[in-house]
Amino acid sequence: MIISVASGKGGTGKTTIAVNLALVLAGEQENDVRFLDCDVEEPNAHLFLKPLIKKRESIEIPIPKIDQKKCNYCGKCAQICAYNAMVVIKNRILVFPELCHGCGACTFFCPQKAITEQGREIGILEEGESGTISFIGGQLNIGEPMASPIIRKIKKKSKEKYNIRTNEDMKIRKQEIILIDVPPGTSCPVIESVKGSDYAILVTEPTPFGLHDLILAVEVLQKLQIPYGVVLNKCDVGNRQVEEYCKNNDVPILLSLPLDKDIAIAYSRGMPIVSLDHSYEQKFIQLFQNIIKQFKISSW
Amino acid sequence: MKEIIVISGKGGTGKTVITASMAALAKNKVMGDCDVDASNLYLLLHPEVKEKHDFYAGLIPALDSMKCNQCGLCQELCRFDAIKIFPGQTIIDHVSCEGCSLCAQVCPQQAIQMKENHCGEWYISETKYGPLVYAKLGIAEENSGKLVTLVRQKAEEIARKRDLELIIIDGPPGIGCPLIASISGANLAVVVTEPTLSGIHDLERVIKVTQHFGVRSVVIINKFDLNLENTSQIENYCITHNIEVIGKMHFDNIITEALVQRLPVVEYSDNKITKEIKAIWQKIS
Repeated sequence: MIISVASGKGGTGKTTIAVNLALVLAGEQENDVRFLDCDVEEPNAHLFLKPLIKKRESIEIPIPKIDQKKCNYCGKCAQICAYNAMVVIKNRILVFPELCHGCGACTFFCPQKAITEQGREIGILEEGESGTISFIGGQLNIGEPMASPIIRKIKKKSKEKYNIRTNEDMKIRKQEIILIDVPPGTSCPVIESVKGSDYAILVTEPTPFGLHDLILAVEVLQKLQIPYGVVLNKCDVGNRQVEEYCKNNDVPILLSLPLDKDIAIAYSRGMPIVSLDHSYEQKFIQLFQNIIKQFKISSW
Repeated sequence: MKEIIVISGKGGTGKTVITASMAALAKNKVMGDCDVDASNLYLLLHPEVKEKHDFYAGLIPALDSMKCNQCGLCQELCRFDAIKIFPGQTIIDHVSCEGCSLCAQVCPQQAIQMKENHCGEWYISETKYGPLVYAKLGIAEENSGKLVTLVRQKAEEIARKRDLELIIIDGPPGIGCPLIASISGANLAVVVTEPTLSGIHDLERVIKVTQHFGVRSVVIINKFDLNLENTSQIENYCITHNIEVIGKMHFDNIITEALVQRLPVVEYSDNKITKEIKAIWQKIS
């Protein structure tokens, strides 16, 4: 089962929920938990899970490389490029690597076959383990605009692993749970992260900002046809509009967590809640049970 | 004319709360909200929309299923796995599509046409604090960077037309496309952080981006009393990197109260937080 933890607004507690849920689920023997940190612009989950990184690899996108001998400056590549990443002026050709999406159109259409492709690093992918949790995350390089190719790679990596394990463990087949820590917002990196999930947890807070951005996140999930429920963080501050919205729109509230200064301080030190206060373990188990219940309802 | 942008790297550190208070304190200015994914500034400034415009950017493929003979060439060449061919049916996944047009160019049947993509709206509005430009990117759309650039251009046009000295921009979280589009060429980036390991980690990354693009930055530490050890770690980081910490703000529920009343906190209360924000604004202006 693939569960995404998302929110329109930043700083509502996505990483906290994802990490603590992962830790609690990994504590049960029958679970095989995989954690994907898809917030590659500002990844934080590793600060709490402290995974032992076993493998790092460079993530590249293919960009055009021009063979100056073959190029006759016909301008076809510049004309075809949807991202204005190539410009031809008289007998000069310029490539702007940061604008290139690596679609391959220029290479395919060059009449002179003067374009080949070379890799350009835009970030890195990391694989490791935190106890029994397997961890895959990534980092966008400083100054790079496009996070989506890295997210795609993280998810692809997770699928590869998934297949191997299911074949090996046919006898004692564990319950596979993939948890995805999603970046904030509603645009491409968010879509890339949540796409293909079985369920999404939307973490929000009871403020006008929290409600406004929750509604946007709900629209995203409706468009992607992924069932969802809400975790209301700092539920005892602010107003009751989020709860009213959820009630009026039949959005289940899976878990409510009060504002707790001790938790905020633990968070500031990179300590998971469940390691601080064992009563929270039960809350996260309940959260997972609520998800399973909601998931079953939605798949009928 | 001066353009100030409020950013953070990590979301939820208090960018919009601080931007709204700056809007209330500054004179002769225009505001812009460059968090086009989830714009929140307007919720505190209560704008009256004067102009509403559609935003078109990029291209999307439209399939003529009568012409398509499922040859599969587009599916094979698409790098974004946006085309799936089933017996008798070709499906284009607009969410995965990045609008490169390769499929349309290559199709032997000319069954795919690229069309202009309507991917959001932008608004020019008036608030009691001055004009505000903001935008709403369509759900699951791309081109946020282009919309951010548009918001900044329009804010600048207004500033020129009305002879305003200052542009105050509420920035997006993260360090990718919309953030880069927000900061490039700005006069000053005000980076709001919090004394948590995540806050520190994300601050360091976003500072590197501002340096990469040659934008001067200053730092505000919000909720500094939550963890004094981490606060001094941030201060030390700023000293070694020659970045000024222009203010520290207490952890105070009054911020949430002001938010619920949908007011800039400096207009809601006159307590410690308000004094801290006023002192910060003194330093910037």
